[in-house]
Amino acid sequence: MPELFYFKTSLRLIQLLGIKAKNLPELLNGIKTVPLSSIYYHTHRLLYQQLTLYPEPPNDFAYWVNHSLNIKALGELLASMNIIKFNDLQTLKDQFINIINEYIINKKPIAIAPEGQEFHFMDCQTFVLPTPYVASNIPEFLEALKKVSINSLYFHLIESRIRLKNGENDFSRWLKDIGETKAGLEIGRLDFYTITLEGLRKKIIAILSKYASA
Amino acid sequence: MPALKEYATIVGQGIIDELYLIAEKLSGKIVQNINSTSVGGGVAEILIRMIPLLKELGVDARWDVIKGDEKFFTITKKMHNALHGVALELTNDELDYFLEINRMNSKEMNFYGDIIFVHDPQPIALVNKKLEIGKKWLWRCHIDFTEPQEDTIKFLESYINQYDKAVFSAPAFARKLKIPQVLISPSIDPLSDKNKELPDDIILNVLNSFGIDKERPIVTQISRFDYLKDPIGVIKTYKKVKQYIDCQLVLAGGGATDDPEGMKVLQEVRDASSDDPDIHILFLPPASDIEINALQRASTVILQKSLKEGFGLTVAEALWKAKPVIASAVGGIPLQITHKYSGILTYSIDGTAYYLKQLLNEPEYARKLGENGRNNIKNNFLITRHIRDYLLLFLSLDYDEDIVYL
Repeated sequence: MPELFYFKTSLRLIQLLGIKAKNLPELLNGIKTVPLSSIYYHTHRLLYQQLTLYPEPPNDFAYWVNHSLNIKALGELLASMNIIKFNDLQTLKDQFINIINEYIINKKPIAIAPEGQEFHFMDCQTFVLPTPYVASNIPEFLEALKKVSINSLYFHLIESRIRLKNGENDFSRWLKDIGETKAGLEIGRLDFYTITLEGLRKKIIAILSKYASA
Repeated sequence: MPALKEYATIVGQGIIDELYLIAEKLSGKIVQNINSTSVGGGVAEILIRMIPLLKELGVDARWDVIKGDEKFFTITKKMHNALHGVALELTNDELDYFLEINRMNSKEMNFYGDIIFVHDPQPIALVNKKLEIGKKWLWRCHIDFTEPQEDTIKFLESYINQYDKAVFSAPAFARKLKIPQVLISPSIDPLSDKNKELPDDIILNVLNSFGIDKERPIVTQISRFDYLKDPIGVIKTYKKVKQYIDCQLVLAGGGATDDPEGMKVLQEVRDASSDDPDIHILFLPPASDIEINALQRASTVILQKSLKEGFGLTVAEALWKAKPVIASAVGGIPLQITHKYSGILTYSIDGTAYYLKQLLNEPEYARKLGENGRNNIKNNFLITRHIRDYLLLFLSLDYDEDIVYL
């Protein structure tokens, strides 16, 4: 009996934490205080909210430091954090804390966000739902991949890996399970944080099409 | 009213399918909406659109309206203004009367819902019934909570904290509360008269009826005549640009003729523009949605130079029509516009004038901004996203965990 891939989808309800920051020490304090779901939200929401190529990295902390506090060097440092490298949110959170803390100690910044541009901490509750799409081989998988929503792609490639702590994306894992290790590795090499979801869909279809016809 | 399947051509069938997937999980639950009016005002407008769509999804959503007399609504109007930051104090007598009307409604109303969804402050104290009947209670705040009068908000917080969750429209409205708070942004309906596609001849007829020249650039601000929308600032901006570019300005909006301040602003705007036939001041009657739609679609650039703003849905309407928008970075506008990517955010008349000249002179750049703006609205601010958030909100009442497997 072949291993079946069940496509799921996920949707998120945004929650307001009632915590805000107007300068760097308050941002640092907030990052230390909020739950990991907040770190997840502020480093991932743009991936599913902006479906076209977007000029900013998916990182609210970097955007705010850069645009509201106007601290360009730190903004760039935070923006260039290689999130794909992190397999869990606690390590990612620690990294933010270390970078911002070090900057505060060394530079003693005094910048204050203009009124109305404070950083508001939020997080999200994720709802995972089954879809009708199931695949038992690459051709069936390709057909389903063309039909599922962007939210399904986001769930299997990104949310599952970092938030559900699966370590790798669901597509690669399943491909390895059915013996298509090379295809799985090829998908695993993609940096999901620098490609739009529709772009990812196209790239993965292109990769799997090679293996489907092989 | 459009059926859900008609939205699939805009947002994609996958998004509509997901709505059905979530709605199925709410099977058997009754969602009872309660507000203070069945006609007029933003909340009634939203519910008129939402209830049929929720029913189409199979969710048993219903709607009840509380009763109140003139005195009650005068008090709630005062409360509304105080929450917007106007320096007003509600007397103890007024608060007692407010609670008395809530008690009376509480006695008369049938609370048949599994989820009681209360909108805005007018019926907020109905939640006192929760102790007696249980059930899940939600409070949805549709108004700007950025700088409320402290006394008023303290009074309301004693009721808000009795609900299971509170829902706000923008991150800045969040407060330190004892209950979870949810962010649900407002939305526009792409199939409504104000936003649907219009044939060219209708757009042309509207321009002709107002004496606007379709051959020259049209700069438009749609808003009621209110100091907070800065119409005089818009005219100053236009006059700076007019020295270099032969454009026209349209300031169009409605307002109540019994609103003395609105009439005063309108007169000031007329006085400020009387020397220029290319400034069109249009005081539109209610139900002018097609005219507003046509004016937006005919515009070359759209401005929203507000000094203060709630969410600023006129910006979403303009962006949905793929128009380049220059708007003040206030209220919910920065959620809709990323500067120089999906529109322009400004802070002054001079800044607005500079970018207006640039967009009028560089139509290709302006087109790209409008296109990016439309994509953002499509992904995040259409009614289908609003419905999805409401469905998830209802479901969330049964689950505390971060990740819920349904």
